[in-house]
Amino acid sequence: MDLVESYREELRFARKPLGRALLVLGLLALAALPWWGHRSWLAWGSMVWLYAIGVIGQNLLIGYAGQVSFGQAGFLAIGAYTFGHLRIAGAPFPLALLVAGIAAGAAGWLVGFPSLRLKGPYLAIATLGFGTAVYQVFANVEALSGGRAGLPIAQLRPPGGMDRDVYVYLLYFALFLLFTAVAYNLVSSWVGRTFVALRDSDIAAEAMGVNLTRAKLLAFAISSFYTGVHGALMAQYLGHLEPQAFNVQESLNFFVAVIVGGVASVEGSVFGAAFAILVPALFGDFRWAVPVLFGAAILVVMIFEPLGLAGAWLKTRLYFRMWPFR
Amino acid sequence: MAGEGLLEVRDLTLRFGGITALGGVGLTIAEGETVGVIGPNGSGKTSLFNCVTGLYRPTSGSIRFRGESLLGLSPDRVTARGVARTFQNLRLFLNMTVLDNLMLGRHLHFRRSLWAAALRLRGEEVRHRERCEEIIEFLDLEAWRDARVASCAYGVQKRIELGRALATEPKLLLLDEPVSGLTAEEKDEVSYWIHEVRGRFGVTVLLVEHDLRVASRLASRMVVLDHGEKLTEGTPEEVQRHPGVIRAYLGDQ
Repeated sequence: MDLVESYREELRFARKPLGRALLVLGLLALAALPWWGHRSWLAWGSMVWLYAIGVIGQNLLIGYAGQVSFGQAGFLAIGAYTFGHLRIAGAPFPLALLVAGIAAGAAGWLVGFPSLRLKGPYLAIATLGFGTAVYQVFANVEALSGGRAGLPIAQLRPPGGMDRDVYVYLLYFALFLLFTAVAYNLVSSWVGRTFVALRDSDIAAEAMGVNLTRAKLLAFAISSFYTGVHGALMAQYLGHLEPQAFNVQESLNFFVAVIVGGVASVEGSVFGAAFAILVPALFGDFRWAVPVLFGAAILVVMIFEPLGLAGAWLKTRLYFRMWPFR
Repeated sequence: MAGEGLLEVRDLTLRFGGITALGGVGLTIAEGETVGVIGPNGSGKTSLFNCVTGLYRPTSGSIRFRGESLLGLSPDRVTARGVARTFQNLRLFLNMTVLDNLMLGRHLHFRRSLWAAALRLRGEEVRHRERCEEIIEFLDLEAWRDARVASCAYGVQKRIELGRALATEPKLLLLDEPVSGLTAEEKDEVSYWIHEVRGRFGVTVLLVEHDLRVASRLASRMVVLDHGEKLTEGTPEEVQRHPGVIRAYLGDQ
């Protein structure tokens, strides 16, 4: 019997004991991956965790607030290069990470201004322009991009003689958990409610007292903060920055991850990140076919499961809620 | 002019290019009143609402609410002053639950801290949940509390919109055709709620309605608009006997 005894109890995360137990078990298994998985999985795992942070950010903007942006690679680049230059200047990892997020967040806040006037496809084109402009700047201004050689970033030094791959995996997993938890908290609070209101009916939201300007700028700022952190983690992971990593294709990949994972869903973003990282990994020598697969995946998802992998996951859970079907 | 009313509209004119949607409309509403605005299609009723709530910028004229001008304020600032509205064609947040729709109505009264949201401190949520539950109880929405609005029946959606407007704690409630599209039984229920709202939430009501039976039962005073101009104003009986009103609705004999 599922009895909720107070409003506060109803607002708890993973309220039911069974769900909480399964969640903890699953997370422990993932945290223990270095001790049971193949060594090569660590690299893919770290990539998924850092990518998931960016996809969550993108999903907050597109899925929750309904502001379509094709300029995510621009925020990614701002986060990555801010981080890179700070690291080269000798800033410690956590500080550089935070500043990278804030720099991208500030850029997002600025880019948000056109969104006050533009909607749907028009906003998409404006943000696409921003993404392209940032790419061009980093590709051509050598003082920013480090020229032909790119920007080298010193590796993290694991404490106490720990294996570096294991250390990076665990660190990225912890950061992923932090940012995911905050995302869950945000979307279930007044912030998420305001974003969804903005998406479902901006006129009604305004009539209910929501300041549209502030809400939209907040959506852009939070989203690009996440994307900036993603960029920083990517820069640290690759150990080397080149502008090529931030072209328009990268923005589109984010989009694929959000759609395939499931719009307006935090867990969907994680599924989408896993899809966008792990599926191309299976292609090996046939990487040219990845965009084809991505395009096809979007079509299939749009037609058969508009809520993406998160929708499929939700339906599975609803199905087993009736278990043992007597 | 007698003492200032809660809402005073004077010489309100709204032009879209060559079309005059409102041509010098005047209207005064005293606190605690229920006033009906009627008129044929396209007579400017909704335009009047949109001007008062800040969605449209009137070409000229004045709108004063509790002695202060509402002109030039954005819709959210108007709502903050204590004017809430419902929409003719329902503008609900279809993918939110009924409860979340009402909670959004509490937006203005919420202490909105980003830290509290990120750290899952939910004191404010619980506090406002209690206010929303009062409205849910008042409008008999308990059964739909956690339902997605999109999956609720039309009659229920109308009720949710009324509840959401009440959640903003308005002084003046603008209802745009609150009973249109409802069954006879639902019309009676909604009429009852609109009547009750005055006593229970202390709001003044201005309603646009096509259903003259409902409008004349609820409103103590009626304003008739036709082609963007005020035709007449008075008690429901006076208004319905007015030859201009009969002409506007039925045409010349």
